[in-house]
Amino acid sequence: MKGRPLVSIVSAGLSKFGKHEGLYAREIFAIAVKEAFDRCPKLDPKKDIGAMFIGHMGESYEHQGHMGAAAADWAGLLNIPATRTEAACASSGAALRSGIYAVLSGLADVVLVGGAEKMTHRTTAEVTEYLGMASDYPFEQWHGITFPGLFALMATAHMHEYGTTERQMAVVAVKNHFHGSLNPKAHMQKEITLENVLTSRMVASPFKIFDCSLITDGGSCVILAKPELARKLTDMPVHVVGSGQASDTIGLYERKTLTSLSSAKLAAKTAYGMAGIGPEDIQFAEVHDCFTFAELMAYEDLGFCKPGDGGRLAESNETRLGGRLPINTSGGLKAKGHPVGATGTAQAYEMYLQLTGQAERRQVEEAQIGLTHNIGGSGATAAVHIYRSD
Amino acid sequence: MSAEPFTIEQFYKFMQQNKLMAGKCRKCGKTHLPPRPLCDNCFSQDFEWVEVSGKGKLLTYTVIHIAPAQFQALAPYAVGIVQLENGLRLPGMINGVEKNELAIGMSLTIDFGTCATSQTWPQWSRYCFKPS
Repeated sequence: MKGRPLVSIVSAGLSKFGKHEGLYAREIFAIAVKEAFDRCPKLDPKKDIGAMFIGHMGESYEHQGHMGAAAADWAGLLNIPATRTEAACASSGAALRSGIYAVLSGLADVVLVGGAEKMTHRTTAEVTEYLGMASDYPFEQWHGITFPGLFALMATAHMHEYGTTERQMAVVAVKNHFHGSLNPKAHMQKEITLENVLTSRMVASPFKIFDCSLITDGGSCVILAKPELARKLTDMPVHVVGSGQASDTIGLYERKTLTSLSSAKLAAKTAYGMAGIGPEDIQFAEVHDCFTFAELMAYEDLGFCKPGDGGRLAESNETRLGGRLPINTSGGLKAKGHPVGATGTAQAYEMYLQLTGQAERRQVEEAQIGLTHNIGGSGATAAVHIYRSD
Repeated sequence: MSAEPFTIEQFYKFMQQNKLMAGKCRKCGKTHLPPRPLCDNCFSQDFEWVEVSGKGKLLTYTVIHIAPAQFQALAPYAVGIVQLENGLRLPGMINGVEKNELAIGMSLTIDFGTCATSQTWPQWSRYCFKPS
């Protein structure tokens, strides 16, 4: 089997994604942590877990900074080194990467990595402003360019260069809502039609509301262990065999290309190289579909198709459950939801379920190798990880 | 002129004088828009100011309908990225063009605007782009 384990995932947890009325982010995080502890009875959390990294995007949502310590406390892990990682929507992709650093450094044998965000108590205008903080302030936010706006700028350029259509983007929304209908933890579990997407309210042209991911509350985590320890803690470890993280200019306008994300391509190249695995070996993936168009671009950046062919790949239905390369079986950010700090490790949670055969109605048959692709901001951060079953 | 710091703040101060100014590295020759105090190419801190033409072509655009509170009154409004004549790029709002007439490649020119803010920080102007 390809890919030497960097670290092993011995357990994982995910809160229901959706509206958690009256709950604070650290309280939602504790729900995810509890599931991970329950799934791994051989683990003694207080004794075994040596460090924690938690992805959390913003103080603005709850007027709460210093999330590392706060979340560790509420997870019952007080006194361990606990650090918040912030890379916008890739905050917990960065937490996962940081956990790998920690295990490989030898400073910790078992590390809990996760993420949490509470967003639904804020108005759409407030969330639009807070999410926008992950873009360049003096030249993007200052001039009224929103987050959907940034991805829309890329989509317009892609449509112009390659003939990508709004319908091809809408196909992604329909697919991911179908996958979400099979996931009892997804925010939206209802199927939608192409017409629903194409006739929905405009957000930032060409994106309509159904092209956009959801404003969601949620928490997620996975527990990493040194590969030699994995079998002592669980009979069903999942191995992380490739890890790549890369950065790019904070301002979209400074990039050489507007139709792909260099950070994602670089992170993928690193992860593939580390794993000794190529795009053709990937059997399923969770990609960062913050907007439908972003999923099409991810297909191209990850090498699942040629540049410009993302729309055609979506229309082929090959990325639907049952197809050659199911993408976002969890429902993705689009239907499962996008509590920004929690998204990266929520993708890892889906890898854990699929690669241990526990994904129930949305199980990918004979799943052995999967990939996660987590993007921060308009692509100033990307984290790509590759996983395989034991 | 080189006494002014090569900062974003100074870039916006020049805008108030109707000047679009970039920082050119004296060591490697790279031009930075906005200016920055450390050259990301050669790590030099030795720059000179160069005036840049405010004319360019639209690289990409979107019309924003859902905006943060401070911009909601303007919505729907167009924003885009403009490639200036010297090859550098700036994003900004596009005014004076019908939404259905926005097109990649169209000629635009900068309007320096005024410092229309009551905030203590930042005291930046809101330039925009208009048809040439």
